[in-house]
Amino acid sequence: MSNKVLCLIVDNSSGVLARITSLFSRRGFNIESLTVASTDDDFISRITVSVHGNDQIIEQMINQSLKLEQVQKVFILEPELSLFRELLLVKLSASEKTRGSIREIADIYGASIVDLSPESMMLELTGKPSKINGFIAILSEYEILEMCRTGINALERGVPRHTVHKVK
Amino acid sequence: MKMNGSDILAEVLIEQGVTTVFGYPGGSVLNIYDALYKYSDKITHVMTAHEQGASHAADGWARVTGETGVCIATSGPGATNLVTGIATAYMDSIPMVCITGNVPQSLIGRDSFQEVFITGIAMPITKHTFFVEKVETLADIIRDAFRIANTGRKGPVLIDIPKDITAAICDFEKGNKIVTEHDKFRDTAMIDTIADKINNAQRPVMMYGGGVVSSEAEDVVREIILKSDIPACRTMMATGVLGFGEEQDLGLVGMHGGITANRAVAQCDLLIVVGARFSDRVALKPTHFASKAEIIHIDIDAAEANKNIPCHYFLVGDVNEILKLVLPKLQTKTNSDWATQIAEWKKIDYIPVDNDSILKPHQMMDVICRVAGDDQIIVTDVGQHQMWATQFCKRIAKKSFLTSGGLGTMGYGYGAAIGAKMAMPDRNVVHITGDGSFHMNLNECCTAVSYELPIVTVIMNNTVLGMVRQWQNSFYGDRFAATDPGRKTDFVKLAEGFGAVGYRCENIAQFEEVFTKALTSKVPVWIDCAIDKNEKVLPMIPGGQTVDNAIKE
Repeated sequence: MSNKVLCLIVDNSSGVLARITSLFSRRGFNIESLTVASTDDDFISRITVSVHGNDQIIEQMINQSLKLEQVQKVFILEPELSLFRELLLVKLSASEKTRGSIREIADIYGASIVDLSPESMMLELTGKPSKINGFIAILSEYEILEMCRTGINALERGVPRHTVHKVK
Repeated sequence: MKMNGSDILAEVLIEQGVTTVFGYPGGSVLNIYDALYKYSDKITHVMTAHEQGASHAADGWARVTGETGVCIATSGPGATNLVTGIATAYMDSIPMVCITGNVPQSLIGRDSFQEVFITGIAMPITKHTFFVEKVETLADIIRDAFRIANTGRKGPVLIDIPKDITAAICDFEKGNKIVTEHDKFRDTAMIDTIADKINNAQRPVMMYGGGVVSSEAEDVVREIILKSDIPACRTMMATGVLGFGEEQDLGLVGMHGGITANRAVAQCDLLIVVGARFSDRVALKPTHFASKAEIIHIDIDAAEANKNIPCHYFLVGDVNEILKLVLPKLQTKTNSDWATQIAEWKKIDYIPVDNDSILKPHQMMDVICRVAGDDQIIVTDVGQHQMWATQFCKRIAKKSFLTSGGLGTMGYGYGAAIGAKMAMPDRNVVHITGDGSFHMNLNECCTAVSYELPIVTVIMNNTVLGMVRQWQNSFYGDRFAATDPGRKTDFVKLAEGFGAVGYRCENIAQFEEVFTKALTSKVPVWIDCAIDKNEKVLPMIPGGQTVDNAIKE
């Protein structure tokens, strides 16, 4: 079993996300995170899915996704050839006493302080998933009030290997 | 030319070669039915008793013709009543275009009367669903639906059309019938490898399924079997297609397949799987399936590769095309040791015993196959009768054995038989059913009577839900929960009530007499056949086990 990041190039039309999540849930595929947004091409959306499974399951994920009418392309983003990024927003309970030490941690990780109230601070961090995980681990010393992360967004380095045919 | 959405629908259906549609009217499809009224000289509409019957009829039409079946239903319950028929077609890869009306777009999303999100409901049981938002896109959406239904692995597509679209007017330009093409198979090295494997195998077995029917590969499969002397078994989806009783024929494989077929698969050194998908009713214990063999899997659907059973060689493409590339590279040979072994197994395989004083299913199938001829179309429901029909169907004809294989839909038969008879009015259509399945959709008799379709229905009536009861007998200590409903249905009177003809028979001589007479009838006929409720489908390999655990009595 391993973790993989899949990229799905899909038509930018209504219902496409529902079709993909429906497929993954009915076939029992595990999704760890999923991001979706339109691209520079108005007709194309890009879905980045972080999944978990053995080779046979990953092969099924790709082949079953490709059968969907609105899916144009599916490929694995190999970690050594790609950049993986996540955005984290985390809100900590913070008083005058703890603010300084939290700020120190934020500086080390390059996180920004994006909101401050008398009892709380909100931090923003962008980075690869392992960095986000490390940051959250350190912050567990403090009281995390709320947090959310975007899930993995990813692109391959260099010139795109996977050209996408424009659809009408 | 300017026309409304309903006329556009009719025009595109005609353009795509549709001559018959099956359906049921309602509020949201009033405009569509108004167009069908107008175009009634070009499109025959068959109104069924229930939308489920319409969906099975479209499926039956598609299976016998190889063309796309079309059904129409109104919004809400009309649409949901199609669901079982759509799922049946999806599981068996049958091309269908299903058209549903919906409430006007101004009422969508407001829980309006007879509103249902059918494109969402049908999503997991179709190749694609469309919701039409603009009348300008309607014509191309319908054409696209026909293309999708017939491209690659075939299957159903649903188009949901809100009522305002059916009245909205736009320009319409005539188009051409969609011709689907598949990618040519180009891996010649792989063809050589496969041919080499077959030429060098000592104990080869072929297992063929429904893909052979949908790609019309019957002839080339037969040639390969004979040329390379390959014993061949079939899945249920390829019943009645090839070689019954020939030396290489192993019959049905899997749960109710022959002991010989399952032994051959277990012992072979090369298994060539053609247009089949290793369902759990075939590969009962995946870890032990063909465990001594290298497996070559040929299928049009790339997602079948390594889905249920890992294979050594997977060839994606049209099986007819691929096998035609393989055939000339095969040596003419015999595998005499292997053939001898198989002949030995056949001698000790399960053989049902004749009995002329009560009705035995295998003898009934003999009569049906002999009397109704090779040209007949056999349609089954689901249960014991289905397995008997599958095991003992001895006649060979292309696209002429219709059964719900993947979904196992009780109530499939009568609707499908109506679709088949509408498509092939000159051929005998024999609907083999059980009293359980028949009770689910026998209402379609009114349709068969209205449209003067003399379908012969053979009811294997054991008064119980035989297949479930058989499992209760084998695995649940004879605790017959809800399988003996004590129904008092008089099928002869009921048939007469519908305007059909009913007969009853209790032994094989009576059955032959009545069945022969039934084939000359101008109206639908039901033959109520008394079967012993303890009659079993044998042999049987329990789920998750192997041929070594087969039940033979």
